[in-house]
Amino acid sequence: MAKKNLLTETLNETLLNRRSFLKWSSALGGTAALTGGVNVGLKAVDKTAPASEDKTLTVSCYHNCGGRCVLGAVVKEGTVSRIVADPSKETKPDDPPRAIPCLRGRSQTRRVYAPDRLKYPLKRVGKRGEGKFERISWDEALDTIAGEMKRIKKQYGNESFYFHYASGTQWKGPDGRPPIRRLMRLFGGYTDYYNTYSTACYRAVMPYITGGSGNSANDVLNSNLIVLFGDNSVVNRNGGDNFGCYLLDAKKKGVKIISVDPMLTDTAVATEAEWIPIYPGTDVALIAALSHVIVEEDLYDKQFMKTHAVGFDEDTLPPDALRNSSWIAYIKGNADGVEKTPQWAEKITGIPANRIIQLARQIATSKPVAMFQGWGWQRRAYGEQPVRALPVLAAMTGNFGIKGGGPGMRPSGKRFPMGSMPLPPNPVKGRIPVFLWPDFITRGTEMTDGPRDRVKDVKRIKANMKFMWNHGGNTIINQHSDINLTKKILEDDSKLEFIVVVDNNMTPSAKFADILLPETTSFEIESLLTGEGHTEKGTVAWAIFNHKLIEPLYESKEIYWMCDQLANRLGIGDQFRDGHKNKKEWLLDMVAEARKKIPDFPSYEEFRKMGVYKIKDDKPTIAFENFVKDPKKYPLSTPTGKIEVYSPHLASQNDPKEIPAIPKYIPEWEGVSDPLRKKFPLLMVTAHAVQRSHSTFDNVDYLQEAHPQAFWINPLDAGKRGIKNGDQIKVFNDRGEVHLPAFVTNRVRPGVTNMPQGAWYTPDAKGIDTRGSANVLTKYYPTPFAKGNPQHTNLVQVEKI
Amino acid sequence: MTRQYAFHVDISKCTGCKTCQVACKDKNNLPSGIRWRRVFQYEGGEWIEKDGQMIPSNVFAYFVSSACMHCEKPICEQVCPTKATYKREDGIVLIDQDRCIGCRYCSWACPYGAPQFNPEINAMSKCTFCYDLIEKGESPACVDSCPFRAVDFGPLEEIRAKFGTFSSPAPLPKPDITHPAIVYTPNGSTKSSGDVSGQLKNIEEV
Repeated sequence: MAKKNLLTETLNETLLNRRSFLKWSSALGGTAALTGGVNVGLKAVDKTAPASEDKTLTVSCYHNCGGRCVLGAVVKEGTVSRIVADPSKETKPDDPPRAIPCLRGRSQTRRVYAPDRLKYPLKRVGKRGEGKFERISWDEALDTIAGEMKRIKKQYGNESFYFHYASGTQWKGPDGRPPIRRLMRLFGGYTDYYNTYSTACYRAVMPYITGGSGNSANDVLNSNLIVLFGDNSVVNRNGGDNFGCYLLDAKKKGVKIISVDPMLTDTAVATEAEWIPIYPGTDVALIAALSHVIVEEDLYDKQFMKTHAVGFDEDTLPPDALRNSSWIAYIKGNADGVEKTPQWAEKITGIPANRIIQLARQIATSKPVAMFQGWGWQRRAYGEQPVRALPVLAAMTGNFGIKGGGPGMRPSGKRFPMGSMPLPPNPVKGRIPVFLWPDFITRGTEMTDGPRDRVKDVKRIKANMKFMWNHGGNTIINQHSDINLTKKILEDDSKLEFIVVVDNNMTPSAKFADILLPETTSFEIESLLTGEGHTEKGTVAWAIFNHKLIEPLYESKEIYWMCDQLANRLGIGDQFRDGHKNKKEWLLDMVAEARKKIPDFPSYEEFRKMGVYKIKDDKPTIAFENFVKDPKKYPLSTPTGKIEVYSPHLASQNDPKEIPAIPKYIPEWEGVSDPLRKKFPLLMVTAHAVQRSHSTFDNVDYLQEAHPQAFWINPLDAGKRGIKNGDQIKVFNDRGEVHLPAFVTNRVRPGVTNMPQGAWYTPDAKGIDTRGSANVLTKYYPTPFAKGNPQHTNLVQVEKI
Repeated sequence: MTRQYAFHVDISKCTGCKTCQVACKDKNNLPSGIRWRRVFQYEGGEWIEKDGQMIPSNVFAYFVSSACMHCEKPICEQVCPTKATYKREDGIVLIDQDRCIGCRYCSWACPYGAPQFNPEINAMSKCTFCYDLIEKGESPACVDSCPFRAVDFGPLEEIRAKFGTFSSPAPLPKPDITHPAIVYTPNGSTKSSGDVSGQLKNIEEV
């Protein structure tokens, strides 16, 4: 039964049950159904019933927003009736850490009970990607997968297996990524990847500038001035005690905030930041000019840059460096003859020279100044450069390693020492940069550790990809660049022969599965999660006990069960379980691990009752504080132990144009100065949207209604094209075409546009996307050093439909 | 019991995320198209050319979260032909949906557009101030939900004592029609009712 209706079926039975239980009071008719009241549009609440009937239990979102907020789920008679804030309420509302969920967490019931929830195992019956499936049994699904695994292993070897990057499911341990990894390693291994789609450039070059992230988020309260470079934290990390909360606290305290960004972001609006609109991709030109002013006006810390940095000036260059290869030489134009003056930068960045001069003076004289970079600016054609440039500015102005200042990176976060599910070593060596996975399909055996592919741990990849696991991810089509190109590669099932997708919903990626497996959501499992690390919650971290609220819907199963069943079929069941009778025994191990590190941590059963366990440091973390005081005794983790304005390692790449030893402004392909702008005049970024965590939640009706997908364009650009706010438009370039409504706004600078990333690719018969899926227009072209994804560097044209 | 409950919304903390709207819908199980709490985006200014560069001139934006104002003089109550709309002793304005015939007079009369017709039940519906939660000693869903703690509630006199009396940020109407039980804390760019320097930017969403 080829199932068109599997995709389009409307409200499922459970939702109908939920509805009929929580029905509008008026639907009860004219009878006095409500004790002591009239029908006013509340849910049917029987006020005579004892309050104890409602149980509020802790669960969490488990997606890639960095929030990990504590959701309280109000459960009544086997149904989740609504979501409330952290029910532990042990702290006052204004006292972190009370992780208040954002709109996404608040809509979680609409996601769990969504009409496109995957209900049964499915096998593909049409062309790959067409979305035609047939319902099969779990036995048939697992037998098919095990059979294909054995066949492909025999025919192509373990090197042809791949477990793809995915960030939609972020559980610790047996409900997250580890079970498939464990299974596949015991089965003989798979080719792995390195990098993420979030931070490829940031992580790749951090070891060659500072070696680490910045002060904790709560330290912004000690600043005199905060300068955000492409940082929209209130959207990207909306819920919980995240960076945005601290920025708002800082504003309230009177700290001045400046936002350098192509857009007047929600963060800038809420923090009433002064907006300095910049052309995207030109940040290093701005930072070079700021440095130029600060050096010319002698406002920098010369002594510090001598003792703590490599290659700021000619005297601190390594002995084998070329003459005039220092930062000072660069900004003075000693090597290339171009002095990096404010007037030079004005033409590139679009920021008036006098404003650049003023900003330079503000930064140089307002110490302590906290400068932060968002990750958006490194998801660009030369994303390695700005990541390394901002720390130079932070260091030369004396803000590195001081309270209220910082090194110009992201804020650091506190870790929670919860265990995970242990993994055996991967017998297959060799990792590809994740962004190059389509190349692993088309030319895997040509991929080497050379500059084109930068494969790690082996000289050359031994196979082409033949088998792909995709668990809780939308990056095999929606979140990867150039959807139309990727689609062609995936449609050819003689190349990549078998794709298994495990997910909750019928995502665009799920449509490319050969076997599609329905997984349980957070409401249907008992598990553990932590809020920590890059989530930027100041000096707070916590663990959450995720209660099982309802029975698994339809035939959805836990990933641990799926892998356990496959392990049996592959003859590695005992090794997979390693003496554990069930999933819970792995969770008990994780709690035991936490108890080793935190003696006070409760037992599993006590933790169940508590719901949330928080740890907190009293004082903000000041990154590199000791290094500043004594660089010899406390060197950085960089190869030289110092701030590497000049990186010997990057110099050794022998690609000075695209991988310079010092950060440089490199004009981008499809950037502000590309002649292609004659044909496609508008720069398009693909920023995060508040209604989604990447592509997760795009199917949720409450969120679509709250924030419909729309294309940001300045009134001057819209006016030239006869476009009014709300008009349906087409956005296109040589890679594809997208139709969506225009949001005509002064909040984006002229010449720049924004198509918020993550909307689900929805092609019409002609292959035109009808929903606003940004990656139809992005380019599959990796950054030079990190091999990262440049999904914010795009040129497009726009027309009214 | 108070004579008049009121909301307080701090515009200077609002990021426009609409968690309040979604929490309200989740708590009250509202269908698509019915939004008891809405967030207006108000924007103004322009881009001008100066010395060869385009620069923003007085460009501003802010968000106004708004539900039923549970007015001291609720015009919706006055126009209701079936007396379905009524004001409780604690100031909360409710619609008795059993009496409501769905004529929509209240929706036309209300300057805030708070009452909304629900076709599923052929009756008007609107914010109930989550009186069921208040009676249990809890906060309304929107108040409890704000990640940035921008929404609050309490007796009107207390709210005014704490936060002042400003009740009419643009694009909301002037308060003299209905005397809304609301206090807004403005941010630096908040304009007052009647302002013509900006525009409501998200009319489809509210």
